[in-house]
Amino acid sequence: MTLAVAVAAALFVGVVAYALFGGADFGSGFYDLTAGGAARGAELRTLVDHSIGPVWEANHVWLIYVLVVWWTGFPESFAAAMSTLFLPLILALLGIVLRGASFAFRKYAATLSQARLFGAIFAGSSLIAPFFFGTVAGAIASGRVPATGRGDRIDSWVNPTSLFGGVIAVGTCAFLAGCFLCADAVRSGNPRLADRLRPRTLAVGIVTGAVVFAALVPIRRDAPTLADGLETQAAPLIVISGLAGLATLVLVYRRRFALARVTALAAVAAVISGWGVGQYPWLLVDEVTIDDAAGADATLQGILIAVGLAAVLVVPAMAYLFRLTQTEAWSRPEH
Amino acid sequence: MLVTDVVVQVLADPAVEPAGLLPARQQMALSLGWHIILACFGVAFPAMLFTMHLIGIRRDDPNALMLARKWGKVAAVLFAIGAVSGTVLSFEMGLLWPGLMGTYGDVLGLPFAFEGLAFFLEAIFLGIYLYGWDRIPPKRHVLMVLPMAVAGVFGTYCVIAVNAWMNVPVGFEVVDGQVTNIDPWAVLFSSAAFWQFLHMWIAAYMVVGFSVAAVYAVGMLRGRRDRRHHLGFTIPFAFASVAAVIQPVVGHLLGNRLAERQPAKLAAFELATETESPSPLRIGGFLIDGTVRWAIDIPYLGSIVARNSFTAPVEGLDTFPPEDRPPVNITHWAFQIMVGIGLLLMLSVIAYWVARWRGHDLTDRRWFLRLVAVSGVLAIIAVEAGWVATEVGRQPWVVYGFMRTSEAAGDNPGLWWVLGVTAVVYSGLTVGAIIVLRSMARRWRAGDVELPSPYGPESALASSEARGGAHRDTRGDTHGDTRGDTGEERQ
Repeated sequence: MTLAVAVAAALFVGVVAYALFGGADFGSGFYDLTAGGAARGAELRTLVDHSIGPVWEANHVWLIYVLVVWWTGFPESFAAAMSTLFLPLILALLGIVLRGASFAFRKYAATLSQARLFGAIFAGSSLIAPFFFGTVAGAIASGRVPATGRGDRIDSWVNPTSLFGGVIAVGTCAFLAGCFLCADAVRSGNPRLADRLRPRTLAVGIVTGAVVFAALVPIRRDAPTLADGLETQAAPLIVISGLAGLATLVLVYRRRFALARVTALAAVAAVISGWGVGQYPWLLVDEVTIDDAAGADATLQGILIAVGLAAVLVVPAMAYLFRLTQTEAWSRPEH
Repeated sequence: MLVTDVVVQVLADPAVEPAGLLPARQQMALSLGWHIILACFGVAFPAMLFTMHLIGIRRDDPNALMLARKWGKVAAVLFAIGAVSGTVLSFEMGLLWPGLMGTYGDVLGLPFAFEGLAFFLEAIFLGIYLYGWDRIPPKRHVLMVLPMAVAGVFGTYCVIAVNAWMNVPVGFEVVDGQVTNIDPWAVLFSSAAFWQFLHMWIAAYMVVGFSVAAVYAVGMLRGRRDRRHHLGFTIPFAFASVAAVIQPVVGHLLGNRLAERQPAKLAAFELATETESPSPLRIGGFLIDGTVRWAIDIPYLGSIVARNSFTAPVEGLDTFPPEDRPPVNITHWAFQIMVGIGLLLMLSVIAYWVARWRGHDLTDRRWFLRLVAVSGVLAIIAVEAGWVATEVGRQPWVVYGFMRTSEAAGDNPGLWWVLGVTAVVYSGLTVGAIIVLRSMARRWRAGDVELPSPYGPESALASSEARGGAHRDTRGDTHGDTRGDTGEERQ
């Protein structure tokens, strides 16, 4: 493995982590948005706040990690992607800003009307960000971002692969969030709330799974390089994703929510990894390979040192945070 | 001369610019200028929070514990919007400056990777700390602030290292137009980074120390003079005091390096149109049509302050070709505003501690409380001015001596629209933050310690609580930390 591929792998670990953890946070916005009126939705909205409150900021940092490793390791391709995908990126950014701020504001809102306003902004913008990130992934995977310079500002992300990418991103986020919220609801002693979430989670899962496999057809025509990869080197991952997704649906149906979280994470991780493996060795599909896009060797080594330090420092701390939030002590009423 | 002519002259940029440059610069200025205030809180607030929490535990002081609890909630709001406005900046590096990132990304990127690491730890431990109240044993709980404090400082160092690199580029060579021989570690360990970091780090303590002290000074002006206001004033004011006294020294040492490294910036700071030996210190004034007007000159002092010498001159602007000169008036005024405010704040903290040493408490004087009440805003203005001075003073270069800002800018159309939307969104965030922070303070004063969020009407929440499902905070419970709280809050 070359230095560049090692850095690309580290970068991709960040993409997967953001999709899983950040994705579950974003997906909560879907249930918050569809929770119903103020009275009907109060319980669910409280659950959403309780579930993602302690972790969303840490989960959000994966995005910054991805950007930084990208521009440090592969600077020219970063500049080209940012110039080409200016519009979807700026819209995703708008979603991130509005979501983060309004989530914090809602937590300390003084009146119901304030909380409803901030809550609506939080929930709505939670859907915007993953959609546009999905279109960005589609643009890269379908070879629409040039190695240098700027590609088409509109066609690069308004195309079948990108639009499917956007829809799949929103769907996977919502599916993940549904499994986590169901488990959290049961753990905090409210199985009735889990029962309300369960059919919606199942519906989201079925629709998303169908879209993922339906997308393979247009992607064949629109993004042949990616499609080839998906059907050959990434095929096992796509199969795993399908099986894990099915297992998740069964587990959610049978109310085994705690276990469903694990299979849901596996399904989403597999489908995202499928994309990464499918487009290997391209960094920007059909334009530039990972090795050719890489920056200076000294810098790549530096990144790997930073990543190693992160593994030593961040992972245990994050594990402690997740352990605290997922155990009984934290499920006690907040004071 | 008409007023508009003067304004045009004052603001005119000497270089001719591509269309995308001005909106990109304004966009960066707006989002960075906004973020820098929140970043200060990320850097300096954890240390004050830690001190307060530690006092609470060591002395078993319920007032200090209560303040630490409240500050934690304030930090949660500020860190959240700081996190998102920081994300905006990392996008903007690529969206607005593809020329810079494409060419120099692998030179300047590594400090950002370490900054990301630091920010990770800060976000994780913030989550642990905030939700750890009453869930983690108190002695371990207070320690959860320390990684935040350390990570905040380290992260600042990394970001400042990149900015210092833009001012004093190191760690690469340009051979035949290609950037080569890259040593990314040189950026992280350059001496320019250390001094610039020190200046910014101390500035962060001034911003947060004075801002928080100002809140309690306002409370005292309104007649709230309980133990909690005394504590809430003293701890941040002590931090701010140390910072305000050290800052002029650090600023002076940092400024002394300018003559050698960025003489054009120094000339703009000092409004030196031509080289004079010795150079005067020029207070106020504008450069209009090549002549300095309305300035007060103090002989010798320019050489003494800028060069540590009675004779060494400040190199004049006329020694640089017009296309290499920064916008002089903005740079000069920003610099003088920073220095002026810094000196004022230093004098006021010295006055307070000298008076205290002689047995007078200046917080009994309304004029002093009023001064502290505006000190937070003054410190913020000083930070913004200092940042404008160093950034505008570096123009027309983005990488000093190597790449002009115009080469770094992209050619995406519609940047003015993006700027417009950004201005609206940031105004909204500002208003939202103010509304929420004010309502928090109001509810705390009314005795509502836990600030439950109204996710629904009372009845819906009450019924869910009866089932044990949703977690609604209840007030007036009998925690060790919160005991005796409700009564004395109402004053």
